[in-house]
Amino acid sequence: MGYLIETVYFLTAILFILGLKRMSHPTTARSGIVWAGYGMVLATLVSFAHPQITAHVSVANYVLMLIAIAIGGVIAWAGAKRVPMTAMPQMIAIYNGMGGGAAAAIAAVELLKDHSAHPLTLDILLMAVAGALIGAVAFSGSVVAFGKLQELKFFKDDAKFRFAGQQKINAAIFGAAVVLGLIIALNHSTSGLLITLFFLLGLAFGAMMALPIGGADMPVVISLFNAFTGLAVALEGYVLGNSAMIIAGIIVGSSGTLLTLMMAKAMNRSVSNVLFSNWAALGSGEAQAVTGSLKPMEPPDAAIQMAYAAKVIIVPGYGMAVAQAQHKIWEMCKLLIERGATVKFAIHPVAGRMPGHMNVLLAEAGVPYDLIFDMEEINEEFPTADVALVIGANDVVNPAARNDKSSPIYGMPILNVDHAKNVQVIKRGKGVGFAGIENALFFADNTRMVYGDAQKVAAGLIQGIKDLG
Amino acid sequence: MEAVVAFFSPIYILMLAAILGYEIISRVPVILHTPLMSGTNFVHGIVLVGAMVALGQASTPLEQAIGFLGVLLGAGNAVGGYFVTERMLEMFKSSKAKGN
Repeated sequence: MGYLIETVYFLTAILFILGLKRMSHPTTARSGIVWAGYGMVLATLVSFAHPQITAHVSVANYVLMLIAIAIGGVIAWAGAKRVPMTAMPQMIAIYNGMGGGAAAAIAAVELLKDHSAHPLTLDILLMAVAGALIGAVAFSGSVVAFGKLQELKFFKDDAKFRFAGQQKINAAIFGAAVVLGLIIALNHSTSGLLITLFFLLGLAFGAMMALPIGGADMPVVISLFNAFTGLAVALEGYVLGNSAMIIAGIIVGSSGTLLTLMMAKAMNRSVSNVLFSNWAALGSGEAQAVTGSLKPMEPPDAAIQMAYAAKVIIVPGYGMAVAQAQHKIWEMCKLLIERGATVKFAIHPVAGRMPGHMNVLLAEAGVPYDLIFDMEEINEEFPTADVALVIGANDVVNPAARNDKSSPIYGMPILNVDHAKNVQVIKRGKGVGFAGIENALFFADNTRMVYGDAQKVAAGLIQGIKDLG
Repeated sequence: MEAVVAFFSPIYILMLAAILGYEIISRVPVILHTPLMSGTNFVHGIVLVGAMVALGQASTPLEQAIGFLGVLLGAGNAVGGYFVTERMLEMFKSSKAKGN
């Protein structure tokens, strides 16, 4: 049986690797997840006959196993199927947290179990403790990230979680958890009190780490916790001698780390900057006051300007996602293309709440890839655009990032929307963006504000363009 | 010597898998970053297998309770991760003919 299981795990590892490889190309991406899915099903099925389980054969445990899989699976399935596409980032966060929690649970069972027949070696104990700590941090941190992105009331005000000496307290909690972990590992203590305290410290550290971080930085944080969970899974895989867990966990750990670095780079911030310095503490003082006035425009007038433009660049942001406006926007673009205009979509790397968030939504609406451009590809083209239409994007088009050294977002690469001949901004209201700062673009002479829900405004634009015949 | 080999072989696995993970991600277009993060999130759902082993070996009610929680969370990670990723990637399917 051992050979069969190891063979299946080996196959699973290959399916995961090929699946991820396929997921890295748009045309094969969908088959990639299916391949990886087969791997998971195979590995799960053979694990029912795992020698480490059959050696202790216990009907009660099998029954519990099936019940747990049924409950966890059904809840997660229902959640994943029912949430709107806009809520995907927080769903990733919560499922990631579950993985971290599971890794921590494995460690807890291993540490509590009576190993007197075969005492655990020190390397196993150290790995178990390290995985437990990382898993617990990933669990509580991901739950907080979920709460923030879901905009739950408790998590809404980042500032209330910021206090003097926060980093010292966090460091103290982390230090205490590490010391306690070492004590548990070195003595192989099975004291329930020590182990409980150890897990509580780990959970507290994860939550404390994520609580003061603003929602705009959450993608980087989720990606980091994703890498953490991968690492925790690999460590617990080492403890259990499970090669599938080691390989899958490490692949996620390394790819997740790289993805985190790439995201942070796109925001021109280092990962430590995201984690340890809060927005409030950034910048050298008050941001420059924005002068000028906001100039509103009604959709019919906006439609006229749009209809007679030869080149239109669409800049989608989180507001488009919230309003589910992507279908209407693409419908409008098709009308413009029929009228002979050139239409392009410009995607900022961190537009929305995750890299690629906008691309997913545009793909959902049926926008072809060849109309969608990355920031570097299209930034030179804004001066030639007759109209740049900003849909619910704010910080990623704020010129302060380029020219106001005191602004908290100074230095972040932005889309040069302000260089376009005319700018239209669809916005729900006059409020500030996720970073909480004013946007000089909205006050510029060539900018018009079209207030309203993005989907309704887009419908108004479509009507306006159609009326022109 | 055998003990040395036994000690080093997981380290080699770790190293090669780490390089592989890095390589897979480094060639991904930006448009697939979110689905791929979700995909890797699904892959670490393999923790379910470990949680099953942990529960299977449990001999006290406390161990059973923690193991039960582990399997429940692991199953949630695997199943939820799969369907979220699948839903995102489903959208790329219709655009297959457009090349790229």
